[in-house]
Parts: sequence; structure tokens; C-alpha cells
Amino acid sequence: MNSAHDLGGQMAFGPVIPEPNEPVFHGDWEKRVLAINVAAGAMGAWTIDEIRHARESLPPAQYLSSTYYEIWLAALDKVLVKHGFLSPDELATGQPSAQRREPKRVLKGEEVAGVLRRGFPYEREAKAPARFAAGDKVRTIVMHPQHHTRLPRYARGKEGVVERVTGCHVFPDTGAQGQPEAAQWLYTVVFDGRELWGRDGDPSSTVSIEAWESYLEPA
Amino acid sequence: MGGHHHDHDHDNHFTAIEARVKALETLMVEKGYVDPAALDAIIDTYETKIGPRDGARVVARAWTDPAFAARLKADGTAAVAELGYGGRGGEHIVACFNTPEEHNLIVCTLCSCYPWPVLGLPPVWYKSPPYRAKAVIDPRGTIADFGVTLPENQRIRVWDSTAETRFMVIPMRPAGTEGWSEEKLASIVSRDSMIGTGLPRVEDAA
Repeated sequence: MNSAHDLGGQMAFGPVIPEPNEPVFHGDWEKRVLAINVAAGAMGAWTIDEIRHARESLPPAQYLSSTYYEIWLAALDKVLVKHGFLSPDELATGQPSAQRREPKRVLKGEEVAGVLRRGFPYEREAKAPARFAAGDKVRTIVMHPQHHTRLPRYARGKEGVVERVTGCHVFPDTGAQGQPEAAQWLYTVVFDGRELWGRDGDPSSTVSIEAWESYLEPA
Repeated sequence: MGGHHHDHDHDNHFTAIEARVKALETLMVEKGYVDPAALDAIIDTYETKIGPRDGARVVARAWTDPAFAARLKADGTAAVAELGYGGRGGEHIVACFNTPEEHNLIVCTLCSCYPWPVLGLPPVWYKSPPYRAKAVIDPRGTIADFGVTLPENQRIRVWDSTAETRFMVIPMRPAGTEGWSEEKLASIVSRDSMIGTGLPRVEDAA
């Protein structure tokens, strides 16, 4: 989806302003949002890509004027309602109703360390050989889907070189739409600055993206 | 807030966002969707247990142990696991070694992907539009925003974290650190030097 989240190459945001000695959290509520986000995700009702889509489909003006934890909170509200865990009325009033959806699982305090340490690996067994190999010239496809994708706009229709075959990884574009999990070969593809940005590109820089196989065609 | 008159008793001092989060947490707990002990354990993990000191240990080990550096280059996930690191938000780790010819910079233009198990949670600037917009089109200018000037003949390689692969930069070991212990070396490896917006500085040694 071509929304405000797809920021690569946009302008007028001004310089990057780092905060000296930045704390891990700016306020207690940020900690709670992080924790609720992780624990709610562990219920297993949505994928990482579905909640990413919930964040990036916020209205652009809201997205750009929110802090990242505010974006997380807004997306969390959306997926919790969409999956029937909470109603808009409950979120508005803070009062629980009798209606409840049984989660597949609830992450227990004593399980946290193990679950975070194991993580959720995204590599899957390949059902077919990789189409491309390191050194192959490829061109990214041009598409403008309404749904979630991880091919950024600045890297569409561009010629690059496969640097590395990463593995066969869960494909976000369909997973974010609630379709059954699918996996595709994933590649590190490197582009010259001039290929991406034309005469305004930095010829002494290159940019790589991680590109799933269906994002690529032979060049 | 406009039109808010202080002619009534407040029963709390929450801001609007604090009140929203508190309401959500209460709902989630009361409905049995989250375990309060899990929330506390998650916060404790990212506030006190996991952070850039972990990544700095990885870098210091790579500087002092060429065999480890080779393993780190070949399979970042397996190599950082040797030091006990890995998991959520960094299931697939790639280590990007700086060289005199090429400097590495990591970004996530589409969201906020960051190697949590080795660097902890990302700073606000990493997740914010200025950095996400500029890093891929003007990497040299982006690094200059941090007060760092790279040699003109050093190329810059930007890694956009568009998948679940997570990148960490392995900076070059500065001159003047010969004979230092791994611990002392780790003390000069800043978070920013592992993102690519900084460089290790001898004068930062603990």
C-alpha cells in the first residue's frame, strides 16, 4: 500500500535529531504499550505482517503526527476489534462487556524469557529451488497494491544484483491479508544510488533491500 | 485541552494517552487475554536485560577473535547465539562489517525493524520520518546529522530492513586499542556505531 509509512526518499522532514542519553522509554505508558503489544501478539490471532498493515493503513496525517508507540497503540486497537477480542464500545468506555473471544494461548509470566529467547523464526523449508543465485542481475517489479507489501516504492522497477540468497521466508504480502502462510525465497538485492535516484543519487552509495522472489524478474 | 475548566475534582492525573493505555491494559487483563506478570517480565527484559551492551560484546569478540569474526560473517544468527543472544525481533541476524572501502548503515524505511536481541529497543530517531526518509537517498548527509564525516573515498552501503532479517554493523577497531581487554573494547562500541550513524571512539573507553 502506498501510504505515509513508505518513507524512503521523501523530503522536508528536516535533519535527524538524535536525543543525547535517550532513555529506553519516554514515560510509563510506552512500556505498557510495548508489553501489551508483545503479549497480545502471542495470542496468535494475527501475524506480524497483519499488524504492520494495521499501522501503515492509519490515515497518513495521523501516522506522520504520531509517535511510534502511539502508532502501535492505534493498530493494536484495530486488530483487537477486528479479531473480536474487544469491541469499540469497550475501548471507548474502558468497561469490559460479557462478550469474550477465547484466545489460542495466553503468554504466562514464567514463559516470557523462553518465548522471547526463541523468537518466531520466519524461515521455512523450501518446496522448490531458488530461481536466482548470487551475482544474478534482477529487476524489481512495478506494482501498487492496495494491500501490504514489503517492496518499497523507491525500489520498484529498478535493476540490481542479487548479493545473497537469504533463505525461504514467510511471504508478508499474502500473510497480512489473513491468507494461509506461504513462503518464498528471499534475496538481498543491491542497487546503485544512481539507479534508484537518477542524477540526484549518490554514486558512492549502494542500497540493498530484502526482496522476495515474486518481487523480482531476471534483468 | 481547550475548553477544559478546572471546576471539578480530578480523580487522577493521567494524560489522554495514559488513560487510553490504562483502559486497554485493564480490559486485556480483566478479559484474561494477557497475564500481568507477563507484561512486567516483558518490560523488565527490554528495560534492564537486553540492550546495546550486548551488541558491543559481539563486536569486541569479533575484534579479538578472528575465528569468531569469520563465523559471525558467515552466520550472524549462530554466532551471536554463542554469546547467548537471539530471539524475538532478531531471529535472522546478519553482521555487516565495515572496511576502509565501505561503511554500512542500517535503516527500516517501512517501519522500525531493528536487531532487538543485540541492540535492544530502537531510539526514537531510528523510528522517525527524518531518518527513515533520508538514509536511503542521502546516506552521507544522514551520517553527517550525527556529526560524523566519513572519508570521501569510503563507499556507503545502506541496508533497508524490509524482511525479518536484522542487520548489525560491525565497526572497524580503532587504532590505539592494541592490547585492550574485550571488556574495555566493548566500552567504546556505541549503539550508533552498530547502526552505522557513529564510530567507536578511543576516548569513550571506560
